[in-house]
Amino acid sequence: MAKTKKEGYLSAKESRRISKENRKITNALEKKRKRKNVPESEYLTEMHDRNNAVEFDNLHTYFFTDTGVVKSVDSVTFDIPIGKTVGVVGESGCGKSVTSLSLMQLLQRPQGQVVEGEIRLNLGDKAYDIAKIPYEKMLELRGNVISMIFQEPMTALNPVFRIGAQLGEVIELHDGNGKDKEYVKKRTIELLEMVGIANSEGVYKMFPHELSGGMRQRVMIAIALACNPRIIIADEPTTALDVTIQAQVLDLLRNLKDKINSSIMFITHDLGVIAEMADYVVVMYAGRIIEKGTAEDIFYHPAHPYTIGLMESKPVVGKDVEKLYSIPGKVPNPVDMPNYCYFKDRCEKCVKKCDGEYPTEISLSPTHKVSCYLYDGVDADAAREVNKTERLDETEGER
Amino acid sequence: MRGKNHAASYAAKTGVNILRKYIIKRLLISVLILFCVTFIIYALIRCLPGSYVENMAQRLSTAPGSKPYEEWLAQLNASYGLDKPIIAGYGSWLLDFFRGNFGDSWRFTVPVIEEFKSVIGISFIMGVISFVIELAIAVPLGIVAATKQYSKTDYVISAAALTGISLPTFFFATLLQLVFAVKLGWFDTHGLVGRDYAQLSAAGQVLDKARHLVLPVLTLAIVSIGSLMRYTRTNMLEVLNSDYIRTARAKGLNEKKVIYHHAFRNTLIPLVTIIGGSLPGLFSGALITETLFSIPGIGFASYQAMVAGDIPFTMFYLTFIAILTLLGNLISDVLYAVVDPRVRIA
Repeated sequence: MAKTKKEGYLSAKESRRISKENRKITNALEKKRKRKNVPESEYLTEMHDRNNAVEFDNLHTYFFTDTGVVKSVDSVTFDIPIGKTVGVVGESGCGKSVTSLSLMQLLQRPQGQVVEGEIRLNLGDKAYDIAKIPYEKMLELRGNVISMIFQEPMTALNPVFRIGAQLGEVIELHDGNGKDKEYVKKRTIELLEMVGIANSEGVYKMFPHELSGGMRQRVMIAIALACNPRIIIADEPTTALDVTIQAQVLDLLRNLKDKINSSIMFITHDLGVIAEMADYVVVMYAGRIIEKGTAEDIFYHPAHPYTIGLMESKPVVGKDVEKLYSIPGKVPNPVDMPNYCYFKDRCEKCVKKCDGEYPTEISLSPTHKVSCYLYDGVDADAAREVNKTERLDETEGER
Repeated sequence: MRGKNHAASYAAKTGVNILRKYIIKRLLISVLILFCVTFIIYALIRCLPGSYVENMAQRLSTAPGSKPYEEWLAQLNASYGLDKPIIAGYGSWLLDFFRGNFGDSWRFTVPVIEEFKSVIGISFIMGVISFVIELAIAVPLGIVAATKQYSKTDYVISAAALTGISLPTFFFATLLQLVFAVKLGWFDTHGLVGRDYAQLSAAGQVLDKARHLVLPVLTLAIVSIGSLMRYTRTNMLEVLNSDYIRTARAKGLNEKKVIYHHAFRNTLIPLVTIIGGSLPGLFSGALITETLFSIPGIGFASYQAMVAGDIPFTMFYLTFIAILTLLGNLISDVLYAVVDPRVRIA
């Protein structure tokens, strides 16, 4: 191996070997995916809990790049209950978006592949495994049962088509069976009004560049909600918007979600937004879930040192600090990750056990799970107490 | 709502007005540019050494018992109107031009317009056919190569395109002649009509001409397919990586709809500029191809005229091309506004 050379250096020979191996793996996977007439039994599955809209079970999504295999999502397991909002947080490049794209099957293929695990999607009377579902079947689900709101409203709409056409397209595709153009138009305008666009008839005829960022994001939300999806993936929907519009868009999402009773997978790195929106929170780091629990668990009793660091690095209104806290170091190189806690090198509470293999998931309470050696063998309640007192000290300091 | 509709139709009407105003403005500017261009061309031709008149005087003075060179030169200069200074000469050319009097060609000894008419047709036909073939092959290939990026198909198409770009016209034309005319004997190597052209029926004559155009058109098309294909591929790739394509996929549209509806419409925007810009190319002929296949087209004729220093023909031809270039630019700008709603003409 090229260990003696500079880090990140790859000889031409090494690189060729890697891309050859990658091609072998991806070709096999692609071939399997491209089969025609896959029987339904192959991707039919059972939900573990019928109250969940989506269950990610041991999901592995890898990218086979020329510099090596990037394990973008590495054994991720969490549920999205029906009618609830699950927030996924983590810094850039930790696999949040890739998890959602795996659910949409929108990974950059052939490099990006779901190699292991299940994504069970609850369809009411039956459940499908998205990881195995064929392409044609997926087309029926996308935009219909699962829909997505993207990060960049400025570029997410096609610049050369009118808003009405872009919104009407989804309705026509999934909901237009035997219905005429008039119905589609009526429904389109109805949707535009639903997302709070006052001049709906005018906007129907407009091009995306004639709308502001907030308006465009409303249109995106309208597109996502057009077919009353069971699950909405919101991938940093408010990152590109200013705070006022952000608040409006979040309100809108929350109200509409309740209206059509769907679940939201909310991806963001804005903890404030998560606190406002989410019922459950999943904290990801370098492709793995390091902590998950209810919003209360995560915000009032953060357990993992990384989560605690995240909480500390957000500014608090009224708190005067010289310098905002930041977690030292950076996310490790995602190629060929070692099998120990990825946060070890940045962790302030690192203990001897951390040199061992990757920590298993430890339950602190029925809802609160964490992957950290600090809580290994420790009585769960005691651990919570420890953290609670620490937090209280701080909050007192704030006041 | 009615007020809004009214406003919309008003906006549409003013849009048309703005477009008309814009075109008029551009046309006026074009006229100004045309003056400058024609003047520069005229001045350059006049400054060229070894003019038509000098060559003629040289030839006449060598005849036995003739006047000396200087006298011939002075006489010829006077009769061809070259004794005037450049500005005055340009002025009289311009005046004649506006009167629709383009003069007689010195090289071809017929009125310029007559010679032009006799050669432009075949060049234009060749240009249009090869351009259509080029578009019909290059654009779909570019799209296929982009959608299957880094696949074997992509590599084959890209390699072929690169070969097309690298092949010089004269080499490729000769290669075609060797293979299809000499070895296989399917076509004639030279000329626009076969030996028995006169005996053929009307339909037969057309077919005969078409048969003779196959190799030249093929040469023109294949040599230019490469660059257009690569251009399409690059643009398509850029579009395919954009966010709105991901949105289109997230809607559940099938790949065909995503590529040929959402992506292609956006790829069209840069392609339109190329198509508008190629208008003068349709008329300018192809010197090398026409020469190699002995086809009497505008490219060959203008080359002969320029070498001979034929001022009336060269001026007419270059002015014609300049007008087409300006018109082509205007057309591509207007088309740009038509295909891209973000572009507003002002």
